Amino acid sequence: MTSYRQRIKYIHHGRIVELGAVDPTMTLLNYLRYEKALTGTKEGCAEGDCGACTVVLGEAGEDGIRYQAVNACIQFLPTIDGKELITVEDLKDEDGALHPVQQAMVEANATQCGFCTPGFVMSIFADMHNGATTDRQHIDDVLAGNLCRCTGYGPIVEAARNIAGAGTKDHFHEREGETLSLLKRLAAEDTLHFTWQGRHYYAPDTVEELADILDRHPDATLVAGATDVGLWITKQHRTLPVVVYLGKVTALQKITQTAEGLLIGAGVTYSAAWPTLSDFHPDLGELVRRIASTQIRNCGTIGGNIANGSPIGDMPPALIALNSRLRVRSKAGVREIPLEEFFIDYGKQDLREGEFVETVFIPVPAVGAHFATYKISKRFDQDISALCGAMSLYLEKSIVADIRICFGGMAGTPKRATTVETALIGKSWDTATLDIALNRMGEDYAPLSDMRASREYRLLAAKNLLRKFLIETTDSGTATRIVGVKGIAHA
Amino acid sequence: MRNPPLSQTVIRGAVHSPRPHDSAARQAAGDALYIDDIAEAKNLLHLYVAQSEKAHARIVRMNLDAVRAAPGVVTVLTARDVPGENDASPIAGDDPVFAEDIVEYAGQSLFAVAADSLAQARTAAKLAIVEYEALPAIVTIDEALAAESFVLPSREMRRGNAAKAIRKAKHRLKQHFAIGGQDHFYLEGQIALALPGEDGDIFLHSSTQHPTEVQHNVAKFLNLPDHAITVEVRRMGGGFGGKETQGAWFACIAALATRLTGRPAKLRLDRDDDMIMTGKRHDFTVTVEMGFDDDGRVSGAEFTFASRCGRSVDLSASINDRAMFHADNCYYFENVTIISHRCKTHTVSNTAFRGFGGPQGMLAPERMMDAIACYLDKDPLAVRKINLYGKDRRNITPYQMEVSDNIAPEIIADLEKSANYANRRAAIRAFNQGSPYLKKGIALTPVKFGISFTATHMNQAGALLHIYTDGSVMINHGGTEMGQGLYIKVAQVVAEVLQIDIERVKITATRTDKVPNTSPTAASSGADLNGKAAEAAALTLKRRLTDFAATHYVVDPSEVHFLPNRIRVGKRTIAFRDLVQQAYMARISLSATGFYRTPKIHYDPQSYSGRPFYYFAYGAAVSEVIIDTLTGENKVIAVDILHDAGQSLNPAIDLGQIEGGYIQGLGWLTTEELFFDGKGILKTHAPSTYKIPACSDRPEHFNMQIFARGKNAEETIFRSKAVGEPPFMLAISAFNAIADAISSVTDYKAYPDLDAPATPERVLLAVDRLRQRAHASKAGAK
Repeated sequence: MTSYRQRIKYIHHGRIVELGAVDPTMTLLNYLRYEKALTGTKEGCAEGDCGACTVVLGEAGEDGIRYQAVNACIQFLPTIDGKELITVEDLKDEDGALHPVQQAMVEANATQCGFCTPGFVMSIFADMHNGATTDRQHIDDVLAGNLCRCTGYGPIVEAARNIAGAGTKDHFHEREGETLSLLKRLAAEDTLHFTWQGRHYYAPDTVEELADILDRHPDATLVAGATDVGLWITKQHRTLPVVVYLGKVTALQKITQTAEGLLIGAGVTYSAAWPTLSDFHPDLGELVRRIASTQIRNCGTIGGNIANGSPIGDMPPALIALNSRLRVRSKAGVREIPLEEFFIDYGKQDLREGEFVETVFIPVPAVGAHFATYKISKRFDQDISALCGAMSLYLEKSIVADIRICFGGMAGTPKRATTVETALIGKSWDTATLDIALNRMGEDYAPLSDMRASREYRLLAAKNLLRKFLIETTDSGTATRIVGVKGIAHA
Repeated sequence: MRNPPLSQTVIRGAVHSPRPHDSAARQAAGDALYIDDIAEAKNLLHLYVAQSEKAHARIVRMNLDAVRAAPGVVTVLTARDVPGENDASPIAGDDPVFAEDIVEYAGQSLFAVAADSLAQARTAAKLAIVEYEALPAIVTIDEALAAESFVLPSREMRRGNAAKAIRKAKHRLKQHFAIGGQDHFYLEGQIALALPGEDGDIFLHSSTQHPTEVQHNVAKFLNLPDHAITVEVRRMGGGFGGKETQGAWFACIAALATRLTGRPAKLRLDRDDDMIMTGKRHDFTVTVEMGFDDDGRVSGAEFTFASRCGRSVDLSASINDRAMFHADNCYYFENVTIISHRCKTHTVSNTAFRGFGGPQGMLAPERMMDAIACYLDKDPLAVRKINLYGKDRRNITPYQMEVSDNIAPEIIADLEKSANYANRRAAIRAFNQGSPYLKKGIALTPVKFGISFTATHMNQAGALLHIYTDGSVMINHGGTEMGQGLYIKVAQVVAEVLQIDIERVKITATRTDKVPNTSPTAASSGADLNGKAAEAAALTLKRRLTDFAATHYVVDPSEVHFLPNRIRVGKRTIAFRDLVQQAYMARISLSATGFYRTPKIHYDPQSYSGRPFYYFAYGAAVSEVIIDTLTGENKVIAVDILHDAGQSLNPAIDLGQIEGGYIQGLGWLTTEELFFDGKGILKTHAPSTYKIPACSDRPEHFNMQIFARGKNAEETIFRSKAVGEPPFMLAISAFNAIADAISSVTDYKAYPDLDAPATPERVLLAVDRLRQRAHASKAGAK
């Protein structure tokens, strides 16, 4: 039997802080503000959308410490175990002088009401430690998860640019070696498990341990980035009897690339997967860029995105169009299913008691295959799709040999347009065929009207996305995209 | 540095110099305190407000026994517990703090729970048994118009005979469109912290733009004299109008908890509760018809506005008036009728929001200018120019005020040139020829915005200035700081008048016991009013010091000159602090109040005639956009702005207002969509569903200039102009540019119907309608 450690240990101010059992779902933000009276970190939305609560977590990476901005409002306190915590209060020098990022914000007139400011400071601070560049697109991506209602962002972009351009160093660089050795010391500690008022928290290290825990606690809630489960607490005020944190299961954090395809562990964060997915296909990279924000991508995992069964699904439409397969594991063993079969109905997935998602496998498309994915939302960055479409096409002499079309936001689950696909297969890939096929889209989808879009719009836009796909696969010279790598408004 | 060396040549922080926000360093460091950051007392009570789940219903039963018995609950507050008047309205007396028998919107407060922790209060509140008898709910403007459901009587402003002029005109055009509301989305939600004092007095920290109204409302609510309540506001984490009236009821609830328990009490709304419970920008429907000649010169204009006021009056009278006052924008309409309906709906009571009805009013003529231009196949800018107010003639507004400071023609001309408008417009048309799916659009729109509260009595302000014996100065005034930079501007005024470095001037929290009976910090008036009041106080003390120096050193007062950080008295020079010390020893009062009332304004609200505004602020913007005609997605790709800040008190602060205002206006017109379902339930109540602009929505090409020749024609504070609200309306150029891009799908033959906000959905459907119309008319021609 594993010997468990019951005390949470994290690094703050260059020292290891120890905590006894706490409410397993106490948010890091509430801990900071109301337990530690560290009120520089603000609550703006309690759902990971505004970034006022941004703090930075440091972890040992391949070359030094990897600093990542996260939303403290939806992170559970115990998940910072083994990491370095940095809040806005920690940035100033010992003599009280402002940190270069803070100074840059002041000099650029980048504060007005100031409530969002600490969050922006922390996002820029993390970026400064991650090879910041002055490229506008990069800055937009770094700051997409921080909302400012006053400035219009220009001065903040200027501050970020000034920091990136200066190659700034700070006291965190100076003490990096020291911190790294503390991080390594914590990494060698036993597995964390504690019980608080009858509720359990586990942070297993291996898939076997994880399967064991789930076997014992079928009611357990699995938490990776908490970018969804966090809201169960902050918005729905739920009580979770057993929380199992996946961030320490190293086997789930792996990406394996082979000639056949990409094998992505369920615990791989969007940030970690982004470069590989971009290489796999630029549209996948652009899709990841448009998913949430840096803070959320630093925590949110591709496995979590699948397992939570969202009807919109950020990644699943693209993964399904690419014919991905899912592997789930339990103490009884593993089984593999096509990803599309995982989504049974709204809120219902093919996940049996004691099972967890282990990996998703994306096969390399056939040579000459076409693929595209599109996301439509009210705001380009950090918004949930009104609809999201992905298409994968294989032509033989301009005849559709195979096509897979999948949409999110059009049904209770991410769903393929099988009727439209059938109407296209074996036909010439042209406007006339597509128009006929699109007349049948109503047989595949009966979308809802809600606050993101009306049924009428969803159907029309879905058809038009297929038209766009036809244009892009037959007339590559014509501009069809506003944003992204191929976008003509590319910053 | 707290005591930097004094400057000798020019003081630091003089007026017209760019200075960072007074709290910038503290904000960046995380040290600037907002109310929720104040250290919590051990016996602090946390409050949670239970809300109506129905838009319109009679409360048949409300059993709170289980709530009272829940763990941690100290007391439960209902309408029956209110010692005074159960109302927190600004004017009309129709905003019950706790519902009594009828609820009139989903989110209305029913009762509040005070408990040892917020979690306990929230959990307990859910235990209430509330039974409703549903009543028919009116949710939309159209439903309200059909039911003749109004919070206030409809109003009409007219000059000449618009109907006749339109009838007789060579051309006529009519447009009907809807304009969505807008949530303020201040980053800091509504919050109040009540602290018990002696003798039943209460000290309140309230995140409010109107501490005096909070004080008065709390006093009335608790049946205490005003002097028993003190309200302090150091800073807000954003206001934008959303904290002009809305903070009062939360302050009332916190104060009541303190009054009944003797314990400090905090009420902080989380984001969802804030967005559900509190008022927003009014959504409007607009019908506008204009008659015009071949050049596009308008001879008659008829506007019918209808706004969703929600369940109560709040500030809807002035907001709808301001919409009417801005239906002309920069244009002279010889014959004009403006009708305004103020609809009562069973939705949250809408309230002040930057622009205060002006943006909604202004969108109508701006869309018409483009529609007319499209109809006549002209450049919209040419149509605008021909309709602009004249300098000597065609210069009377529909409300009989002379436009005597018109600089719109100069601003438009300068911007047209600096933004290279004509060439870019041609280039865009060429681009669109070669781009079948992505289309660009461009528009130049001007702004003229009336400055002053239209409720004339509110145009007053007070200040309190102390000089301490070391020569350091404390300034306090009735204006509140919500990020707009008011404090630094007023401090600059004081530094300028006394000729001392700005570090010598301490700006202190706004408090009702320092400056009483203040007006809200609203209507862009903060610096105009409080700057003048502070100047008056500083001039009083300067005069006292001058007289003292003249007497003490036996020179004529004309020989006393305030130089940077020192005073020349005859031939000798004395450090400011030394003269202050000497004055103190001579028993000269070193404390003064200042008061200001805006001159020249007068206006009859019944006939809508007079001079409601002291002056106008102007500006203009060029926006360039791109739309995707397959999806309706759209993006602003370039912005050029020329804005009038008079002689800016602080160009750094003013540029921040200009850019921030534009981007906030852009959100209102593009991404920010409030969605109420058919039952009147708001479905967009957090940033996951309600999308304010993000960083990437601000284009890289964003050129803005303060109009260099700007100088207020009136004697405002150092000839500056108000800048809080006017830039918001510059974003109308983006909306019009989107319409221009849509129009391109008909080769500019037709102008689109387009409601705001221009979400991908609205843009795509507008494109589709226009194509179908073009198709149908082509088919008809065959």
